[in-house]
Amino acid sequence: MTEYALILLGTILVNNFVLVKFLGLCPFMGVSRKLETAMGMALATTFVLTLSSVSSYLVDAYILIPLGLEYMRTIMFILVIAVVVQFTEMVVHKTSPLLYNVLGIFLPLITTNCIVLGVALLNVQEKHGFMQSLFYGFGAAVGFSLVLILFSAIRERIQVADVPEAFQGTSIALITAGIMSLAFMGFSGLIKV
Amino acid sequence: MLTVIITLGVVAVIFGLILGYSAIRFKVEGDPVVDQIDAILPQTQCGQCTYPGCRGYAEAIAKGEADINQCPPGGETTIIALAKLLDVEVKPLNGEHGEEKLYPTVVQIDEQSCIGCTLCIQACPVDAIIGAAKQMHTVVETVCTGCNLCIPPCPVDCIHIIEVKPTVRNWVAAFPAEPFIAPHAQ
Repeated sequence: MTEYALILLGTILVNNFVLVKFLGLCPFMGVSRKLETAMGMALATTFVLTLSSVSSYLVDAYILIPLGLEYMRTIMFILVIAVVVQFTEMVVHKTSPLLYNVLGIFLPLITTNCIVLGVALLNVQEKHGFMQSLFYGFGAAVGFSLVLILFSAIRERIQVADVPEAFQGTSIALITAGIMSLAFMGFSGLIKV
Repeated sequence: MLTVIITLGVVAVIFGLILGYSAIRFKVEGDPVVDQIDAILPQTQCGQCTYPGCRGYAEAIAKGEADINQCPPGGETTIIALAKLLDVEVKPLNGEHGEEKLYPTVVQIDEQSCIGCTLCIQACPVDAIIGAAKQMHTVVETVCTGCNLCIPPCPVDCIHIIEVKPTVRNWVAAFPAEPFIAPHAQ
């Protein structure tokens, strides 16, 4: 149990995929303008990431390794991710048309979110088992959600703030992201060397 | 090499089957409330409610952006039916969008004065006016919904409203405000 807790803590805070590993920056900047959109995106990504992490582990362990096709991993994982995202899109369209409208193009774009492929490949690299892959994917997603929601809340405040002209718009957002990243680097102090 | 092709092919086919099944399982039938509202509206597509056609107005009502009393062609009957469907208070027709008519009306072009400018043709939402540039225009009265949108653009004021009084030949039973269910079917 401690192992899973550590995986969660590691992926959410210490090795946060967005702010420490710098993966998935496109949706991080793109969907963080409004809090509601960010929450919807966070939910959809959490679902996709957990599911794709587990299913890519299964594909790897039961199809690729027995057949000796490890070198086809990337292509196979992309296929798995594309299917999972398509499936999620259908489910969201059916269950919440409003969320479907709000997310718009970003929902299919989860396919190209590098966190999704990153998690699948890191699972293989770190030789994770089934449960470890599940928690690793889920933790990465929760970390992404946490950062995305925090960042969008900050951006909503920045919109009404008096920002100097040279920093207005995307530049202040990027600077904010940088400062947040610095703050998250502080979590590496949690690990005793 | 052959293993790769076969494996990828088989996996792709399996994924395709899963997606195909879920496409049927999670089929979206569209918003039923919008369809119900749209069915009540008179489908004159006149735009007097300020929305592009009855469908747009139905969507606006469903979203809560528009009030239910903006449809002059439908009049009181439509407002009562909408209030019943959406469970809100009945309110009088909003005068800003036009008055309810006692009799259905159509427009007629005074063909002596028509200069053939085609402005009324562009305004007509149901394509009920035929004619070409510098040719006399005329209204197809069976298609005209009486929305009067062609009257403001006419530069020579040659379009007149005429009431269609019901006669034995063109009388149609009024659409019931609520569907009639026979006693034995209840």
